[in-house]
Amino acid sequence: MIRYVPKAKYSYSAGQAQSVFLNGLKEKKILGTVCNKCKKVYVPPKMYCEECFKPTDGWVELKDEGIVHTAIASFVSWTRDRLEEPIISGTIKLYGSERDYVFPGMFHRICTTYDKVRDMSIIGAKVKAVWNEKRVGSIEDIQCFKEV
Amino acid sequence: MERSANVYRYGLIHVEVRKVRKVAIIGAGMTKFARRHFKTPQELVQEASIKALEEAGLGYNDIDCVVIGSAPDAFDGVHQKGEYLFPAMNKPMTRVFIGGATGVMVPISGYYHVASGMCDKVLAIAEEKMSQARPHPQAVFRYIWDPILETPIGPNLLWIFAMEMHRYMYAYKVPKEDIALVSVKNKANAADNPYAQLGGRITVDDVIKSEVLVWPVNRLDVSPVSDGAAAVVMVSEDVARRYTDTPVWVAGVGWTLDNTEWTGRDLSYNRYLEIAGRMAYKMAGIERPNKEIDVAEPYDPFDYKELMHLEALQLAPKGKAAQLVKEGVFNRDGDLPSSPGGGLLGVGNPIAAAGLMKVISLYWQLKGTAGKMQVKKPVYTGVAQAWGDLMQASTVVVLRR
Amino acid sequence: MKVAIVGMGWYGFRPSTPEVSFREMVFEAASRAYAEANLDPRKDVDTFISSQEDFWEGISIADEFAPDQIGGYLRPTFTVTGDGVQGILHGIMHIKSGISKVTAVEAHSKASDILTIGDIVEFAMDPIFLRPAAPPNFHFLAALEAKAYQRRTGMTEEDMAEIVSIEKRNGFGNPRASYAANLNVSDILSHEKVAEPLRRPDIADFVDGAVVVVLASEDIARSLTDDPIWVEASTFTETNYPGYAELGEAGYLRGAYSQISKRKFDGYFVDDRYSFKLLEHLGVFKADPLALLREGQLGEGGSAPTNVFGGLLSEGVPLEAAGLTLALEAREYLRKGYSSAVVGSWRGVPTYTGMVLSMWR
Repeated sequence: MIRYVPKAKYSYSAGQAQSVFLNGLKEKKILGTVCNKCKKVYVPPKMYCEECFKPTDGWVELKDEGIVHTAIASFVSWTRDRLEEPIISGTIKLYGSERDYVFPGMFHRICTTYDKVRDMSIIGAKVKAVWNEKRVGSIEDIQCFKEV
Repeated sequence: MERSANVYRYGLIHVEVRKVRKVAIIGAGMTKFARRHFKTPQELVQEASIKALEEAGLGYNDIDCVVIGSAPDAFDGVHQKGEYLFPAMNKPMTRVFIGGATGVMVPISGYYHVASGMCDKVLAIAEEKMSQARPHPQAVFRYIWDPILETPIGPNLLWIFAMEMHRYMYAYKVPKEDIALVSVKNKANAADNPYAQLGGRITVDDVIKSEVLVWPVNRLDVSPVSDGAAAVVMVSEDVARRYTDTPVWVAGVGWTLDNTEWTGRDLSYNRYLEIAGRMAYKMAGIERPNKEIDVAEPYDPFDYKELMHLEALQLAPKGKAAQLVKEGVFNRDGDLPSSPGGGLLGVGNPIAAAGLMKVISLYWQLKGTAGKMQVKKPVYTGVAQAWGDLMQASTVVVLRR
Repeated sequence: MKVAIVGMGWYGFRPSTPEVSFREMVFEAASRAYAEANLDPRKDVDTFISSQEDFWEGISIADEFAPDQIGGYLRPTFTVTGDGVQGILHGIMHIKSGISKVTAVEAHSKASDILTIGDIVEFAMDPIFLRPAAPPNFHFLAALEAKAYQRRTGMTEEDMAEIVSIEKRNGFGNPRASYAANLNVSDILSHEKVAEPLRRPDIADFVDGAVVVVLASEDIARSLTDDPIWVEASTFTETNYPGYAELGEAGYLRGAYSQISKRKFDGYFVDDRYSFKLLEHLGVFKADPLALLREGQLGEGGSAPTNVFGGLLSEGVPLEAAGLTLALEAREYLRKGYSSAVVGSWRGVPTYTGMVLSMWR
């Protein structure tokens, strides 16, 4: 048996789009980019429109509110250890796009109860971001999305 | 004999109907899938390859090109894994990678190696040894997410499936009990599969009462972590005619990758699989898949995934696959048998090897060598499929005897 | 049926590119390639290929991040984990098998994001036989080959320094040559050894960059341009273990070269991430490369013009984009009026995998 721990360390470049987005979070703002041609709004933002293959045309501020698209309750950690209290997370469909199949969306924790996940009442519910007091320009500046 | 291929197009300048070489599978081999193999990844590859070559009646020296498929390098614990898996290669070799969908990309790639005229005899291999990863194979999946926007939330791979499964249940009002029937069916089918890790008789109740991992996913909704390898030999028509009386032809191939932003997509339907399926069906000249496909091997790492995949492959109406499972349509003696060999839920899920296992199961069905797994109805055409990345990739192969 | 390159684009080729993510960099390169080809990737391109490796990206399943920036979203896109020339090989097969008429191939490097690149290279070595024995730097594998090559041919350290000096100077005037420099042989020989017989200047540095290539079938190529560049590609893997390789013989590149049709080449563009590799790789195509070096035949106008724009010693090693970088040089060369050129690419240590890309007009 040979044990080997790879020494793999990286400093990922956030790039133009994600850097602006992260700085926006610091100001309690959810920023997206928009393509004027197909009207697609990108959150997380991209500097290019994947549909039209051209640079996106500008920035828009979205409300820090949306609808829960899906939600889960995790009883295992990333190392597959058992958790007593579940972590509840899901994807949030943000307001700001009229399209159905694709939309500006975020993946984050959801502040709700396990029962509401189990009976699915949280799916489709309206939620709002809970911001941390201290914000550093990270996805963790949002504590979670909470039902309103 | 050559056939004309329908060129898959989005409307360029002009479409030219070309004659393309036919490609057959003439040999397949697999290791048993197991929670922990004591063989090295290289030895697993060797075992599967030797079995495939033996069935084909070829030696390694007869092979022109090698295609390897293996999912994240982190499992085997080696960077540039393609080179590593076969130490005395001495062949033109490339490795293809499309996440969990890799296992079916391997025979797709083998297909065009031969169809293009580049090679006559291809050895196509898929391998995964997951048991080596520490602290748990699940930990490898920590790094599949966007490192800036997603990894900090602390997700694991089960989350992806749970999120998709819950949206599917919500959108189509499919109860967990109905979804669990897939797990029951596939594990029972696997009891007849000599390569299977987890075959057996379980009930819906067993699934529902098994440990909740990430709601709505219970432990028995999930295929197991495994070690294993699989290989097929793919050849041109003249070689196939010389070496076997029962070649199985590749009739169509298709694959599609959706965008990375799974967070901004409706998770209840896999449109990328629909597109990949249409590409393969079009090439195979199939217009009504639910009538023309005799047996299906949809990718089933989780029970609900088989349902979603049957739907996107146009083998069941949207949201209705569970109902058809209940009616027995997808049983081994049903109208459209699905995962008759037990699928990933029963045989095991060494990622890339599991995808190729689906194609091999289909090959056995079409060749008529599936033994106790053989479906009741006569089969001429079948489809196998795999799925992967961040809920965005699908690969599809249509085989015909 | 023939396959042609109808567009190429690149971006970056600087030691670090903090202003862009790797995806933004690829988008820039892709935009340039499609503009040159005069094609819209959302309408005109059938298949898309990304050439990358998980541990270069620091993302498990890096294929997830492949499609959007090359226009391959909701299209047949996938990854070939290897050099961009292997990506081209798959693209050629797509076209020849009728799956596609136009295929885009991408390779990129964000080497500056990797803080422990030496450890990543070590992670590619055999975990049982090689890693436990590995000396402090991965260049030892190249050094073994350099010694074998010296023994076989009589190449001296001065010869190696001469190559570095020529290549670094050849880079002046090449917009991608971040590491071009005016160094003479004695400057180079004044450096200490990194791994006998290699000195720091004998080893090319890593670089960030992205290259996108658009391939098309013969009929499409002729409808797009009067002057298509035809291509043929091949690959060969000898082993991943030095014990199984013929050191210093570039068996991997010979294997790849044996797979393609023979023709006369006007220029040679070979992987020179280690100075001596220029000779080892050139030796696959031309007899007695050492004599050619000593006779000054490697420049433009010589009998074997090799890496006349500076090669990887000048441009740096953009990970899996190395082969496509050499292809950019070869295309530049063809544009000067020459009729054929060949690329001899290598995946670097610890692999023994080589690729050949033959280009002609």
